[in-house]
Amino acid sequence: MKVFMLGWEFPPHISGGLGTACYGLTKGLDELGVDVVFVVPTAVPVDTSTHVKLQSPATLPLLNRPSPARPARQPDPNEPAAHSPVAQERVSRHIELLQVSARLQPYRQSDPGDQPAIRSPVDAQSDDPAAPGSPNAPRRPEVIEGLPGDPDAPTAAAAQSSSSAGAHYDGDLMTEVQKYARLALELAAHEEFDVVHAHDWMTFAAGQAVAAASGKPLVVHVHSTEFDRAGENVNQQIYEIERTGMHAARRVICVSYLTRGIAVARYGVDPNKISVVYNAVVAANSNVPNVPAPIQQNEKIVLFLGRLTLQKGPEYFLEAARKVIERFKSVRFIIAGGGDMIDRCVKLAADMKIGRYVTFTGFLRGDDVARVFKMADLYVMPSVSEPFGIAPLEAISHDVPVIISKQSGVSEILTHALKVDFWDTDEMANKILAVLRHDPLHKTLRQHGQIEVQKLSWLDSAKDLSEIYGEVAP
Amino acid sequence: MASVVFYFQVHQPFRLRRYTIFDTDTRYFDDTHNEEILSKVADKCYLPANAAIADLIDKHDGDFRVSYSVTGTAIEQFRKWRPDVLESFQALAKTGCVEFIAETYYHSLVFLYNRNEFISQTRRHHDLTSELFGQEPRVFRNTELTYNNDVARVVRDLGYHTILTEGADHILGYRSPNFLYHPPGCEDLHIMLKNYRLSDDIAFRFSNRTWSEWPLTAEKFANWVSRINGNGFVCNLFMDYETFGEHQWTETGIFDFLTALPDAMFDAGDNDFLTVSQAVERYPSVGEMDVPHMISWADTERDISAWLGNSMQANALHDVNAMADDVLASGDSELIHQWRLLQSSDHFYYMCTKWFDDGDVHTYFNPYESPYEAYINYMNILDNVRARL
Repeated sequence: MKVFMLGWEFPPHISGGLGTACYGLTKGLDELGVDVVFVVPTAVPVDTSTHVKLQSPATLPLLNRPSPARPARQPDPNEPAAHSPVAQERVSRHIELLQVSARLQPYRQSDPGDQPAIRSPVDAQSDDPAAPGSPNAPRRPEVIEGLPGDPDAPTAAAAQSSSSAGAHYDGDLMTEVQKYARLALELAAHEEFDVVHAHDWMTFAAGQAVAAASGKPLVVHVHSTEFDRAGENVNQQIYEIERTGMHAARRVICVSYLTRGIAVARYGVDPNKISVVYNAVVAANSNVPNVPAPIQQNEKIVLFLGRLTLQKGPEYFLEAARKVIERFKSVRFIIAGGGDMIDRCVKLAADMKIGRYVTFTGFLRGDDVARVFKMADLYVMPSVSEPFGIAPLEAISHDVPVIISKQSGVSEILTHALKVDFWDTDEMANKILAVLRHDPLHKTLRQHGQIEVQKLSWLDSAKDLSEIYGEVAP
Repeated sequence: MASVVFYFQVHQPFRLRRYTIFDTDTRYFDDTHNEEILSKVADKCYLPANAAIADLIDKHDGDFRVSYSVTGTAIEQFRKWRPDVLESFQALAKTGCVEFIAETYYHSLVFLYNRNEFISQTRRHHDLTSELFGQEPRVFRNTELTYNNDVARVVRDLGYHTILTEGADHILGYRSPNFLYHPPGCEDLHIMLKNYRLSDDIAFRFSNRTWSEWPLTAEKFANWVSRINGNGFVCNLFMDYETFGEHQWTETGIFDFLTALPDAMFDAGDNDFLTVSQAVERYPSVGEMDVPHMISWADTERDISAWLGNSMQANALHDVNAMADDVLASGDSELIHQWRLLQSSDHFYYMCTKWFDDGDVHTYFNPYESPYEAYINYMNILDNVRARL
């Protein structure tokens, strides 16, 4: 079984859970002996050490990759090898990673250096149209359906929706999506595979195109929906892309029954076509360098780790924090993440007069994540709508008890966690205080949580995938 | 022949209301919910089962006998919300074929923590039973049939002649629960052990269609009991009274089974039905039973891990018992009563994190979504109790 897989994130270039999920799933598939060609776009390079060694494009002539299916092509002297859009490496025995030079970077970085201050959709509207490619340019969204027509012709609907394209999207995304799809299509022409597997909406167009061209069945994997990301103010165009992809696919994979419900109710997908494959977690690496002691030794640390955006509920976290602090002063709330709401959160903490109990660390990478887990006494995930939520599993595997929103996919599989409705900040505070004040509760949650999480494995998720592949491509 | 000794436990706790760290009032119990449950159980179980038992007593002219214990908390609830149920038990008492057994008034595990309080709760239950049912209890059973050698000695010193407990395999070894025993150095106290296989056939497996013996008819069961003949004196069928109508719904045929059982028993052999005291009068102890560590009738382990299996339970039980001196010294009778209602073993049962074979049983009537919620709720209430001292 060989899978042509399309994603937009793969470690080390991650900005959210999708990269972690793709990594875990492909690792599991590798263990099962399923071959995967995984196509990812170039992203902002990150200098973390990793087992994946990227080869420079200059050393790889276009499409001249050794493959068991066909012999290597002689390099064409007229081809500018230095501009090869493809970089590849073999991640493991069965997984091959191909990078195409398209930028699918959906999330606004919060570095003040190269970005203007957070803009609301209203601000974006009042900008003068600048040159294409500048961050202030109006979006150039296009209709993407198997790549017909001129990619530069904006449609009326697209122009209208450009200003409401969520404040959390960055850059000329739709053009990049198109480019990715084109490049993927070209790559696919030189590959043999049994099934096409596309992760999240940005790859759906590519998935549909490749499936149509190759005649192979399409499986789409929904890690999140526009409703999870933007509440009710969905970007109509992205919604259409999601819907088209789900309907075009032979099978729709959702990361939870919560997400499956949304696919049925909001996208009209036939429930019989949907399979739920839960994400898992990689066991924590215990070789984390020692954490320097915090300044206040007896302070309890409550951690929020995630993107600071509407979907993740940081305001509810702060509201609960305020209620906790009224009763318990020896506590510090750490907010580890970046995102479009960061300025608003800093201001909110100040307005609530709890500024000195709250620490903002910005986006954490690599070992810093493990370090902050080691420091934490409690992890809280107050998500408004979380399709799955791998982070609480990571927290538990780092020996940190968790409080999670009931409106999350991961709450379907976790028993040894405290659960709250995201809006119920009284109950959130009630539970935070209970965990901080009662060591037996802390201990029991940790012990049982560890056992529970150790039973989860990406191999099981990969087995589910493998079964689905077998069903759609017998 | 075998003497069938039926013993039924009747108990309802005062379940707690949702109580967060922000709550400050002193109402700890969810009266609405508790009343609802009591009424439901009364209609599905207590009343129809009492009626069935009364009919059998009447029909068999005094040859059908059973034993009960009714906790103090259950009686309080009957008085508050369903006095008709209490009356039906009193009617049973008047038949002369029903024995009432003593236990701790509050269905608590206080024996593990406070000897004086244990004695006080037992005396209170003893007096209540005597007052309501016109009999002085001579038999005792500890909460959830918890038992060890120490319990035996204290109970013997209180004047009881028999104690009930579980016929746990790890205590019995090759021996049979169908005989009577006595504790080491304590020949004047008799131990009656639950035959858990036959008891659980009725209480748990009766309606399980995947059970190899389903359906269980009165004839089949009577034959099994008759096989004790020569190999034992008694067949001790100890169970929760809610078996009849609540754990096993009417539709399963449980009442028909019960009604047919005495006739089937008499037909199958020289069997009879005795109360606990009658059995003890007739049969001698065959030997010593050494129980150094606590046993109980709960879960597959038959130990006390259902209430003391994790550190939350240990902590909660410790904290509530640690308040004893201060609470009793307060002189506040409402506070003292509430503190005792907080000792019912159910509150700690809800905090159990054993999720395996017996997980489902733990969730029955469990008002909490998780054992963690149970613990948090309970400890918030203890905070308030402490603040009143």
